[in-house]
This record gives sequence, C-alpha cells and structure tokens, in this order.
Amino acid sequence: MDKSLDIELTVNGSRLRRRVAARTHLVDFLREELGLTGSHAGCEHGVCGACTLRVDGEIVRGCLMLAVQANGRRVDTIEGLSDSGEIARLQQAFHRHNALQCGFCTPGMVIAAQELVRQGRKASREEIRAHLSGNYCRCTGYQAIVDAVEEVVNGQG
Amino acid sequence: MKAPEFAYARPATLAEALALLARPGAQALAGGQSLIPSLNMRLSAPELLVDIGGLPGMSAIEVRGGSVRIGALVTHAQLERSEQVARHLPLLAQAVPQVAHAAIRNRGTLGGSLALADPAAEYPACALALEAVLCVAGRNGERRVRAEAFFKDLFVTDLAPGELLVAAEFPAAKAGDRSAFGELARRQGDYAIIGLAAHNRRLVFFGAGPTPVLARKASSQKTLAQAKAALASELAPPADLYHSSAAKLHLAGVLLERAWTSLSTSN
Repeated sequence: MDKSLDIELTVNGSRLRRRVAARTHLVDFLREELGLTGSHAGCEHGVCGACTLRVDGEIVRGCLMLAVQANGRRVDTIEGLSDSGEIARLQQAFHRHNALQCGFCTPGMVIAAQELVRQGRKASREEIRAHLSGNYCRCTGYQAIVDAVEEVVNGQG
Repeated sequence: MKAPEFAYARPATLAEALALLARPGAQALAGGQSLIPSLNMRLSAPELLVDIGGLPGMSAIEVRGGSVRIGALVTHAQLERSEQVARHLPLLAQAVPQVAHAAIRNRGTLGGSLALADPAAEYPACALALEAVLCVAGRNGERRVRAEAFFKDLFVTDLAPGELLVAAEFPAAKAGDRSAFGELARRQGDYAIIGLAAHNRRLVFFGAGPTPVLARKASSQKTLAQAKAALASELAPPADLYHSSAAKLHLAGVLLERAWTSLSTSN
C-alpha cells in the first residue's frame, strides 16, 4: 500500500501535479509545497478555523483534510480570492472597522464570512456569530468583525 | 500536531473497500472531521486509511414508502439543505445546525458520526429517538441493526472489524407526530454539555452517559413534574471538567421542560 501518492488538483485556477505523503494535511501542502502561506495552521485539530479554505466551492478546515483527498478537486485559498477581487468588499470592511489586530485569524475569518456573503441573503448579528462560531479571534472580541461582516452581508459595504 | 505515517487507498467499489478494511490496521475514512483530529493528536495510528469518499450510492437521501434512507456519506450540510429531511425528519433537521461549525458540516458525514458514536453527538441520539435502522455491509452481505442495539458503549458500536456502515433508515414523521430537540453548549457548535432528542414521548438524552440514553421512565409519565422526578431516578450523567453530575441532571430537566410543551401540543 502506498504511503505517497500522485495527486492532480486545481489551486487558485492553476492545474498542478504533485507527489504527496498520505499523512500531509491540505493546509501544510499549500503552505510548504506551494508557498501559499495565507492559510494559517493554528490549532491543527479543527477548533480554531485559521486554516479555513475552499474546496469545490465550500469552506473546509485545511487541517482536517488530507492533501490526497483534494485529488481532482478545486482548491481556493485567501491568495486566490484576494487576487480575483471576490473578497474585496470584506477586506475593505475589515480595514474600515478595525476588524483585525494581529491578523492571524483574518484569512480564515474572511473566507468563512465570504460563504455567508455568497448565500446572498441578509443575516442578523446572531446568524453571523453562529456562522463564524468556528473561527477564533483572540484579539478583537469579535464585535468589529461582526460589524464588518454585517455591513457587507446586508449590502451596505 | 501532524498525523503519523499511514498508507492510503481510495477504493471505487464497496467490495474493494470491504476487502481493504479486512486488512489488519485498516480504518475507514469518510469526512474525517473526527478521525483526522484524532490522528493529529496521535490518539489513533491506523496502518491504512481506506477513503470511502468515492464509493457510489452512499451520498443520497431517498424517501421510500414510510422511511427515509440516508447514505452514510451524506454530509451535515446536505442534511441541512434537504427539503426531504425538513419535511419528513423534523427532529434531524433541528439537530443539524447544532453539529459543529459551517466548515465542518461541509465535510463531516452522517455515517461517520453514527459509526464513531461520540456520547455527546447529536445523530446517535436522534437515531435512537426515531428508532432508526442502521445498514451495515460486511464481506458476507448487508445486515440491519436497530439503533437500540447499535450503540453499545463509549465509542463502541455493533460494527465488527471490517464492517462498514453504509446507510441509516429513519421512519418518516407521520401526521400528528411531535419532535423536539434541545442542546446546551457553552458556545454555538461546541460539544453538548447535555442534549435532548425527543420524538413524541421517546426522550433520548446525549452527553448523559457512555451512549445516548433513552429515559424510559420519564418517557412514560403524564405530567412534566412526574417526568422530571422520573428523570432523577434514571439519569446519572457523568461529570465533565466543568459540570458536576448534579448540574447536568438539572440541565436535563431544563431541556425536558423546554421540550415538554411542543411534545404535548396536539394538532
């Protein structure tokens, strides 16, 4: 049985082939093999949400998915979503509201919030908090983050 | 917190998966939202991960006659979006948003949760309250196990080594059926301190023992006061780091009180 496998996937629009150890997490593959260090490895057991990224259009934990499980899939990271302009409104709102301090949680927070934005419906502060409950911020106390997301989700950003 | 070394295979058929799972040290991988953390923390060290994510026919929600068959690979997010689940399994529909967080609900599966049998998890309690039947595939074919016989002990189910949970069948709610779901956690998505999944007067508590606990005596009482008294005689929730057994029992009574009206209201 193989402990390393060839995988083929699309990362931020580019098609790639690599050989990876089966034990390698997707977030470590992105960071160490591809140099995409915007996805942060925090708790590494699925609690903090700093490694949140998108696979086939849905947010996932990068530390709870193996790189081999991304074979044949489309992966989007904070770098790709930033370059494409998709998250520009959220980035501006986070800036405007001081919704970050150290910034460690911000990429995961923004990708998670963008999933709510894409649902295209208005959301209450409670719904925003529930949606972001899997993303920890140890600096801001969340108020400013909810302010920023609320502004964009409710179409004022 | 990196996973130990293991081999990996992604079979394309159930037969191939069962052959791989028969090997020593083999472990099935579905959504991985509990297994991968346990690998990262080195609590588990399988020699071979058998990724069942590519198996056909295990990702559908089908209404057949009076029951709803849900494939083991159906994700929490799929359940959350399903109109069939909302219509026919209101208890499960109420439970899903309480399962972890959005990013985890996109990957985690119904089958994974049932097969792991975490005592604080929502689905095992729902399966017991709804009297679901679990469909288990092995090398000698498929067998069906009632939820009551499936959850045996802390993280122990009726699954034998090499067997795979392929689906769960839930009886569809009938007119006049009542269900109520409640869960207390410190934060949205955290593990439950204690929870209640109730279908009609079948009261099942989770986070209340090594398996989901059917409170038989409380379930048969006519008034809330009698049910709460009965609960004290049959529920002995284990203390955790933050809550004593007495506090959990009190909270179980609070959940019962909240659920009681909606379970009692007739059409």
